[in-house]
Amino acid sequence: MTRANFPRWLLVPAVLGALLVAVPIGAMALTVDWANFGALITSEASRAALWLSLRTAAASTVFCLLLGIPLALVLARTSGTAATLLRSLVLLPLVLPPVVGGIALLQAFGRRGILGHTLDVLGLEIAFSTTAVVIAQTFVAMPFLVLSLEGALRAAGTRYEDVAATLGAGPTTVFTRVTLPLALPGLVSGTILAFARCLGEFGATITFAGSLQGTTRTLPLEIYLQREGDPRAAVALSLVLVAVAVLVIGFTRARPGSLSAGTS
Amino acid sequence: MKTQTIRYAVRSSIALTGLLALAACGGSDSGDATGSGANSTATQSNSSSAPARTLTVFAAASLQKPFEEIGDAFEKAHPGVTVKFSFGGSSGLVAQLQEGAPAHVLATANEATMDKAVADSLISGTPTPFVSNTLQIVVPQDNPAGITGLADLTKSGTKVVLCAPAVPCGAASTSVEKSAGIDIKPVSEEQSVTDVLGKVRSGEADAGLVYVTDVAGAGTEVKGIDFPEAKSAINIYPIAALKSATDAALATEFVSAITGADGQAVLREAGFAAP
Repeated sequence: MTRANFPRWLLVPAVLGALLVAVPIGAMALTVDWANFGALITSEASRAALWLSLRTAAASTVFCLLLGIPLALVLARTSGTAATLLRSLVLLPLVLPPVVGGIALLQAFGRRGILGHTLDVLGLEIAFSTTAVVIAQTFVAMPFLVLSLEGALRAAGTRYEDVAATLGAGPTTVFTRVTLPLALPGLVSGTILAFARCLGEFGATITFAGSLQGTTRTLPLEIYLQREGDPRAAVALSLVLVAVAVLVIGFTRARPGSLSAGTS
Repeated sequence: MKTQTIRYAVRSSIALTGLLALAACGGSDSGDATGSGANSTATQSNSSSAPARTLTVFAAASLQKPFEEIGDAFEKAHPGVTVKFSFGGSSGLVAQLQEGAPAHVLATANEATMDKAVADSLISGTPTPFVSNTLQIVVPQDNPAGITGLADLTKSGTKVVLCAPAVPCGAASTSVEKSAGIDIKPVSEEQSVTDVLGKVRSGEADAGLVYVTDVAGAGTEVKGIDFPEAKSAINIYPIAALKSATDAALATEFVSAITGADGQAVLREAGFAAP
């Protein structure tokens, strides 16, 4: 913003673009019932939803890391048709409507899904449980981590890894001591993005996990339900999610270059 | 298709211009500025297309099949008239009308929701009750949990899905539970009756409470089980012409088509009972 080295007329659509986001968010902040704000967001149902959201999003983020870090490494260090196909597959939830993801999860893990019988034998009941929420969130959020980390790994290159290997470090030591620290900014921003996506998950959860207070009704589901019963509570809770989102963006912004590492 | 896309493009640019105007004057009357902009394009495009008339009906989701059939017959009987429907949850429809959505007729799934529209002076005249609907237990065709009556829904290990108490079908479920003196512990409280039906249809749930008409429209994948306690929660559906209707006579005619013999026959076919 220091020098205007762009055509001035571009300012008009740029301002419009910014307003498209700012006006609705601002309107929500203006219409919220501030006098009862505290009561609205601390009702039993609201607290249960917020607590469930935080717990499930944290658990899902851990699963995203456990599965997503190896995936990102494999994708960053391989090439060819197979790698391209694998990348397209892993990124699919990013472009799929979440409802479609929920339906797909039902076909796999649902009671009558292809794995349903096996899970039943093992005594695992996934439908309508908090586990289902975590699976749904991991499904939709993992691509954010993989995309971000793979970019960082590719940007870091393999030079230091090669040097460490010639100095006698084993593959696992190289991975934990060289590869991951080098890609840390991408890993951090990917983790934050994945956590934020988990918090906002709605479509796959309501399709796959159902909606029950304290078990599967996360904050977005509670907001959607409150729209019918108490619209003021829906607006107040929405503002809470906006505040969380602002915090998340703040975290990412606090690390300069961390986002660009993921997208380069 | 192409003109439709252009129309959307025009409408959204007008809404965006509203945003810009708002930015320029920094006023707080945002809703009015953008809202009137969008409305004026709507009327423009209508008048430019033909002398044809359009009737917009807002109706509860459960009315979709019979209303579309009655709408087709209405179009045939009134050359030049196009009937457009917006089906959805009754509360959501009333909320849209409160925000100024243009429509001619409103039909809701219960009287409480229509009362909200009446209280907001959206309705012209008094609403007419035209059908009623009761709850039924819905189970997958093979009835895996062996449900025979309402009391079976409280058996432990039975996965029951209900509507959330905040939505009309959930309120009905709650009063049925009260009158039967039982407390069902659902595994999920869904947003709408179609979501409950979906969970039972896919076999995820063993049973649910939905309307008789939902079971009738769902085909052979599910079956309905009547239960005597359903009488304690009969939903009356009212219909009314809206004050904002641009063509009041046509709106009244449509209401008559629904309450008349032919319309009622279609609704009976779909499983609805007399009000």
